[in-house]
Amino acid sequence: MSELNDPVTEEHKASLNFKWLLLMAWRDSRRNRSRLFLFISSIILGIAALVAIYSFEYNLRNDIDSQAKSLLGADLIIETNKTVKQESLPMLKSLGTERSEERTFASMIYFQKNGGTRLVNVRALSGDFPYYGDIETTPKTASRSFRLGKQALVDKTLMLQYDAKPGDSIKVGEVIFQIAGVLNKAPGQTGFNAAVAPIVYIPLSYLEETGLSQKGSRITYNFYYKFPPETNVNKLAKRLEPQLEKAELDYETVESRKENTGRSFEDMTEFLALVGFIALLLGCIGVASAIHIYIREKINTIAVLRCLGTSSRQAFLIYLIQIAGIGLIGSLIGAILGTLIQQFLPIVLKDFLPVEITVAISWMAVGQGLLLGLIISILFALLPLVSVRNISPLNTLRLSLEETSLFKDPIKWLVYFIIVLFIFGFTYLQMGSIKKTVLFTAGVLAGFIILAALAYAMMWLARRYFPSSWSYLWRQGFANLFRPNNQTLILVVSIGLGTAFICTLFFVQDILINRVTRSSSKNQPNMVLFDIQSNQKQAVADLTKSLNLPVLQEVPIVNMRMTEIKGRNAASYKKDSVAWGAMRGLEREYRVTYRDSLSDSEELIDGKWIGRAEPGKPVYVSLEEGYAKRIGVKIGDELTFNVQGAPLKVLVGSTRKVDWNRIQTNFILIFPTGVLEDAPQFHVLLTQVPSNELSAKYQQAVVRTFPNISMIDLGLVLSVLDEILNKMGFVIRFMAAFSIITGLIVLIASVLISKYQRIRESVLLRTMGASRKQILAITALEYFFLGALAAGAGIVLALIASWGLARFVFETTFSPELVPVLILFLLITSLTVLIGLFNSRGVLNRPPLEVLRSEV
Amino acid sequence: MDIILNIQNLSKTYQSGGRTLTVLDDISFAIEAGSTMSIVGPSGSGKTTLLGLCAGLDRSTSGIVELNHIRLDNLNEDQRAQVRNQHVGFIFQNFQLLPTLTALENVMVPLELRGEKNIRPRALELLDKVGLADRGHHYPTQLSGGEQQRVSLARAFSNSPKILFADEPTGNLDAETSEKVVKLIFDLNKEAGTTLILVTHDLDLASKTQRIIRIKGGSLVSDVKTKIENPERPDHVGA
Repeated sequence: MSELNDPVTEEHKASLNFKWLLLMAWRDSRRNRSRLFLFISSIILGIAALVAIYSFEYNLRNDIDSQAKSLLGADLIIETNKTVKQESLPMLKSLGTERSEERTFASMIYFQKNGGTRLVNVRALSGDFPYYGDIETTPKTASRSFRLGKQALVDKTLMLQYDAKPGDSIKVGEVIFQIAGVLNKAPGQTGFNAAVAPIVYIPLSYLEETGLSQKGSRITYNFYYKFPPETNVNKLAKRLEPQLEKAELDYETVESRKENTGRSFEDMTEFLALVGFIALLLGCIGVASAIHIYIREKINTIAVLRCLGTSSRQAFLIYLIQIAGIGLIGSLIGAILGTLIQQFLPIVLKDFLPVEITVAISWMAVGQGLLLGLIISILFALLPLVSVRNISPLNTLRLSLEETSLFKDPIKWLVYFIIVLFIFGFTYLQMGSIKKTVLFTAGVLAGFIILAALAYAMMWLARRYFPSSWSYLWRQGFANLFRPNNQTLILVVSIGLGTAFICTLFFVQDILINRVTRSSSKNQPNMVLFDIQSNQKQAVADLTKSLNLPVLQEVPIVNMRMTEIKGRNAASYKKDSVAWGAMRGLEREYRVTYRDSLSDSEELIDGKWIGRAEPGKPVYVSLEEGYAKRIGVKIGDELTFNVQGAPLKVLVGSTRKVDWNRIQTNFILIFPTGVLEDAPQFHVLLTQVPSNELSAKYQQAVVRTFPNISMIDLGLVLSVLDEILNKMGFVIRFMAAFSIITGLIVLIASVLISKYQRIRESVLLRTMGASRKQILAITALEYFFLGALAAGAGIVLALIASWGLARFVFETTFSPELVPVLILFLLITSLTVLIGLFNSRGVLNRPPLEVLRSEV
Repeated sequence: MDIILNIQNLSKTYQSGGRTLTVLDDISFAIEAGSTMSIVGPSGSGKTTLLGLCAGLDRSTSGIVELNHIRLDNLNEDQRAQVRNQHVGFIFQNFQLLPTLTALENVMVPLELRGEKNIRPRALELLDKVGLADRGHHYPTQLSGGEQQRVSLARAFSNSPKILFADEPTGNLDAETSEKVVKLIFDLNKEAGTTLILVTHDLDLASKTQRIIRIKGGSLVSDVKTKIENPERPDHVGA
């Protein structure tokens, strides 16, 4: 034993150790570098996606900081959606060195030239707003010149849609405005906003004349202020807060807008980063599987090294160094690619961005990408790598591959645990919420586990019910699914996940569109008229009927605010941090109707429905059950309302369940008849218009006769929804592409690995006289079965996920369209077969001996 | 005489399908340093298993393996690896060269593992001895079977082992090449004064060693001395 522990030898060992390990890792990789690179290439896109998103996020944050003033256009905005109280006016007129005023509301506009009508967001503006940035128009001068006369700026999509040109006229309310220019972008506006509510600017001085600012109209009042540069606007706003609160005015400063904008983009980048992370995880599965097979092929080399005196730790480290090196190279390529892809993100996301994005290399993002790539490639390669420790030198004498089972090797459990911990940690860093993180991690794990379980089940079934009566070629191809060194698990998981991703996306889009189109079916209302004044009610109904259109529903609406819940006001709830639901209930405005019976979309849950209030007796109202819970009230509790100046105490008489999916007027709060009849109110009318032509005619007639009435055409809602979904879908598809391409790379890598696995067998078959055609058929069949199983498993997963989403999130029924799914299934299966055959062509075209010599 | 390998009551059993399979049963023998010995026997008799246990590649179920006075059965796998690196050389039937290393690098590995310095000249000298001085930069696939086995020989002698284990060293070679390789093994062995243990089917080859033990069904059935003289020990080893 004395010679064994020779101190000189020990010292030598320590000094050579790392250098020699590096050297051996380098030498050992010599003939495998392209393969190792192929393995690691599956993480490149995941890293690229994350680096691109991180870079984008950092740049966006900088840009929001530098452009925050032009986002707001002013130093301070004071806003309210109630008529400004007289006593607040002196204060509002005393602030700032420059002031502008704006009133915004929804209204119909009418294009004089072609009779087109459209619901828009009208902004009546006075003063020189914006003080920072600009209202972007064509021609440029229009942004200032429209304020000088009866002129308007019209959103560019509207101009295109209605074929309008500067110089044409539009009618807003009772006034005809000349279009001064095309509105390209209002301060802080995104393409997304523009699709939902296109903007039309008019000078504030003509608002009165339009007749659209009557009492009861839902107008938002904005006051814009500019202060001298040295003013601390935040401090000033804080000081004004109690006064503003009392006057029921809200405010926004550059700082608070910056925070809000940043926060909403955090959500978006967080979502995108998670999509990228899924692509990375998918790639990691590919890495783990490829390294597993790589190590299998290295058993002999490792055994020889062990024979020559390499310790198990040294052998393990040689391969760990290889993986780390190649992981670092992969991450570096990913980071470079990500930095390049980042250039395209502003284009992809342009409809959602309120600021101009500068594209710059973010070293922080590159660093994060490199670190993440290194950690994740090592972590996932550890699973197969730990078995290197157990490879016996005895393998040099006879190959006795004893797989250590998971249960026997606690290190493997530890690695699994660390992987889950890593996923959890990474997600937590993105989301910052334990609940969301647990849900995401559980979701990802469940996805992987379900697919793996499906793969195992398929292998078991294929073995259990093996079709012995099939011809040899079919049997051989089929048996490859479960034979040793099969690729079933990895391909089902990787291709399956990619398929599930695309498929779920498709289903969700379908669910959303269906939910709206379902309501547009026959006999369902598809046109909503609102803002009908009481004195117009009869005339509008008559006009509707004169065009042979049915009046399906006519509902009165009264605006009010809740001032007390169970005798406590907002100030009292503010001190109570638990009662945020009640607080929110006291902050909002309610649109309330009154009627004597329940509608067919409502169902009484608790209490007693009282349809008519008796004079002198308490008034009983009905609340939607979920809302009652949120604000924390039960049957018999007291609520106090301010009905446009008049206080009104009521009791909760009943709670109702409401089917919100129906296109009809639904309400959180319903009053009985006999209370609100004399309150200021407007009316809503629902009708069903059978054709687009009639719809246009009807809209024109209504807008011409009753310019204050707004109309929502369900066809328009559908097309807007479609546009929004398309815009979001494009972003999601762009990100999903990373997962899909990663899936393809994993597929190519897996197929290439299986080529090494199958090569001896194919050559042997060829030696025994199998024709090229027969080998081709066996290979094609194997990949056909694999592709079909994987795509099928992915579709099953997507069906489960979409059903869950439909049932629990969108609360609708799920009836998937099967033709596109079938097409996707065939596409993925054929792609698998094609890649399989393409990669195997080397074995098919060359003589057996040449293949054996060069490849084995 | 100095005993380099001492085997006492060595047994090896495997569990297979719930049954206990005895591969080696109570084997004992001892070998003097610098001598040569063959282990012969039919296929499946346990001779390769015996070689594996003697060289510390595997653990016995019971019994003692003492190599250069070190009890292998008490050591863990990494300690046995160290013993192999310091005292043991190997020659395999299928050469077992590391495919991604050149011939020269293959010869250098055992020395690198020992942390020795300036090893290149020594590795080149060994390659020269086996007649492959000009093939050092070739990879195993670029060499013929005989050449690969010669590189393997150079590697086996590179760490100046006390004992050399050869498992069917000519099993994969044609008659003419076999003859050359066998001559080289015995010449180098004689020159270095190494103890040589051969596992073979080939009785001709076995008869070139001083002692032949025969294994059958896991038991030692005979242990005979041949007429070969013990080679003289040189002053220095491996040069």
